[in-house]
Amino acid sequence: MTPQHAQELIKDALIQVAPDADLTALPLDADFRDILELDSLDFLNYVQTLSEASGYRIEEDDYPAFTTVAGGASFLAAHAGVG
Amino acid sequence: MTGERWEFLMPSLGADMESGTVAEWLVKPGDRIRKGDCIAVIDTDKALIEAESFHTGVVEALLAGIGERLPVGTPLAVITGAAPAAELRPPTRGSPPVSPGEKTGMERRRREPSPAGGEHGPSWPHAPSPVTSPLVRHLAERHGMDAAAMHGTGPGGRVTRADVEGIEIPAKVKASPLARRLALELGVDLTGVHGTGRTGAVRADDVREAAARGSGTGPRAGTEQAVPGRAASAAGARTVGKPDLGRRQGLMRQAIARAMSRSNQEIPHYHLSTTVDMDTALAWLRERNRDLPVARRVLPAALLLMATARAAVEVPQLNGFWLDDAFVPGDAVHLGVAISLKGGGLIAPALHDAAGRDLGDLMAALKDLVARSRTGRLRGAEMTEATITVTNLGDQGVEEVHGVIHPPQVALVGFGKILERPWAVGGLLGVRPLVTVTLAADHRATDGYVGGRFLNAVDRLLSHPEEL
Amino acid sequence: MSETGTTYREAMREAIREAMRRDERVFLMGEDVGAYGGCFAVSLGLLEEFGPERVRDTPLSESAFVGAGIGAALGGMRPIVEIMTVNFSLLALDQIINNAATLLHMSGGQFGVPLVIRMTTGAGRQLAAQHSHSLEGWYAHIPGLRILAPATLEDARGMLWPSLEDPDPVLIFEHGALYALSGVPRPGPVDITRAAIRRSGEDITLIAYGGTVGKTLSAADALAAENIEAEVIDLRVLRPLDDVTIMRSVGRTHRVLVVDEGWRSGSLSAEISSRIVEQAFYELDAPIGRLCAAEVPIPYARHLEEAAIPQVATIIAAAREVVTS
Repeated sequence: MTPQHAQELIKDALIQVAPDADLTALPLDADFRDILELDSLDFLNYVQTLSEASGYRIEEDDYPAFTTVAGGASFLAAHAGVG
Repeated sequence: MTGERWEFLMPSLGADMESGTVAEWLVKPGDRIRKGDCIAVIDTDKALIEAESFHTGVVEALLAGIGERLPVGTPLAVITGAAPAAELRPPTRGSPPVSPGEKTGMERRRREPSPAGGEHGPSWPHAPSPVTSPLVRHLAERHGMDAAAMHGTGPGGRVTRADVEGIEIPAKVKASPLARRLALELGVDLTGVHGTGRTGAVRADDVREAAARGSGTGPRAGTEQAVPGRAASAAGARTVGKPDLGRRQGLMRQAIARAMSRSNQEIPHYHLSTTVDMDTALAWLRERNRDLPVARRVLPAALLLMATARAAVEVPQLNGFWLDDAFVPGDAVHLGVAISLKGGGLIAPALHDAAGRDLGDLMAALKDLVARSRTGRLRGAEMTEATITVTNLGDQGVEEVHGVIHPPQVALVGFGKILERPWAVGGLLGVRPLVTVTLAADHRATDGYVGGRFLNAVDRLLSHPEEL
Repeated sequence: MSETGTTYREAMREAIREAMRRDERVFLMGEDVGAYGGCFAVSLGLLEEFGPERVRDTPLSESAFVGAGIGAALGGMRPIVEIMTVNFSLLALDQIINNAATLLHMSGGQFGVPLVIRMTTGAGRQLAAQHSHSLEGWYAHIPGLRILAPATLEDARGMLWPSLEDPDPVLIFEHGALYALSGVPRPGPVDITRAAIRRSGEDITLIAYGGTVGKTLSAADALAAENIEAEVIDLRVLRPLDDVTIMRSVGRTHRVLVVDEGWRSGSLSAEISSRIVEQAFYELDAPIGRLCAAEVPIPYARHLEEAAIPQVATIIAAAREVVTS
């Protein structure tokens, strides 16, 4: 999976849990949980959506990487299969 | 044949709800419905709620239009028993049936004449004519009209309400000062109360009876009452867009303000707190989640809810309501969950029988409840049945919560953020994940000793998560 | 006074007798109080017992002898002045209102008027419009006066002495129909400040005084048979009104009927219902009812007189109306 593709999946998943958010203005390396006001349930839903879309089971231990768009994208690019 | 008719009334979906709007009809005239079916979506100031029918039968008519703001207790629809609608005749109380199209919401809100037909011949002090009802005379008088001089269209030339109504403005509910005061105190909407005074006036006992039936008070959602016979009109169901967000937020702020002001004025709170070591619980949860599909992962928040629910079973004095100067225990632990809405506002719907679920089930229910809260599809019972409420501000980074109880409940449990802190365990200092649990409780219902037992129970349950 | 009981008339006489024995400053004066024994025989025998100095017949001039009483009170005496009926007291209005009621105020607190004026009031004895009116409500309008309406043997016996001890003028209204009331009075002190609850109930408060108290109690008994439990307040003191007792009762029953033998317009019953609305509005569960005299001069003919004033049957009907309204 390319980082670009992973980034698209991440943004799609974020839109699911924060439908009103303007993701174009979201810095790629910022912790979006604060910016988008996501609580732990939102984050779980985001992880779940992203796991299903990417085919990669994101473990709880992996969560820190997935708190920024860039971090999640590079993690998926490194770990997920070619999608 | 069953000729029963029921009015489906604007339900009270919370002690602080005074009026609501029909956002959507889920049924149409002629539909067969069963008890428990959702028949309308009600826009309270807080949320869109699906309101259930309390009767099985046929929808005869929808009385309220979409978007019409109506007080709690206002008839919204007529439901009849098994008999075909054609066999049911509109009531004849000295006034000819009004064709459906002529009825407006305001007219429907007006009181019907007194049950006996309202005929009080000579004893009425200002009787201009023996063949007009007091109500008609009263209406005529208010408009400076002389009922005795009017041309009547009723039987025997009787002047009817309809004759006066051409220029009628909406009548106020006639209620005694005491009845009004009680209605305010008990949260009863007078427009839905049947008055037994001689001229149909609502008296104190009528309000007490309405309150006992649950109209607008307490934890019960059942506000329907059997009122046989009533002219009905049809209002076509149409859909409307979401109410303006700014307006809704303003109204919700007001609703929260009312409930919290009442809480602060009426409830003598006491506050307790304890710190719980979450090390065991989080490790157990991590192990558990490792073996589960992502969709079935359980959040620490759900564990905290479960521990609270089980503790409320152990200490039932905190699970219930303070009503009429006495504690009424809840029939089960219906756990109110404070959910902040995107864009502002707060709502605390109930997780039904939380203590009776297993953890996975509770987590699924929590996800469902939060999703429906944020999309505005809560059910009526969920808005009113909570017996104890939990607020978890840990995601906001808050360390501890000093809560305000949601009346008529008697306790609110608060959780802060789970933080790693130095903590002595077995004589050694270590770094452990800790959470501060607080209890705000109604001192009228319990004393600090009971609250302490409750927090101890939460602590113990979280130390043995496998038992949850 | 008989062994077994007494009458209202005898109780009043005994009260005067006791006061005259206890305090030599006390004396009685009025029209026919001496040789004739009083128009209603209240003072019968007192002339013989206390002599003409202390039981004094006066000329037929209410203004003169009430004025004399005021002067005597100012001079340190404790006069009891009897006026035959409230109708005749109008001839002494100037003395009562412009002098007795105001002197304490006008003298900057230097001169009190410790005067007691007794008079008969009310209808029911076929004495026609010259003798049968109930004007005590008018006197209750006047600051500086204390207005009493004894309705029981105890009050007839016990209200006089505290009235004489009061440093200000006190008017005692004795309903003419009560003089023959008989029974055994309960012993014990009597105050002149508070209303009394003569019967407890929770469905309606019936407020009465003087001549209508007995009728109201009878009505309450009849109402109890209809499951309407009435509380009966005997006002006893018409000025200053005992608001506390009234409002507490209204707080319990939430319904009120005021029974007043005076005319409705501008009456004591109007004052009472107004105060209830002011002080206990949110306790009311029904409009306040008033049962007053018909707005006519009290007729002479018995059936017309009976129809003109509150009776047991009309009190029952009016109470029922309030309870169901």
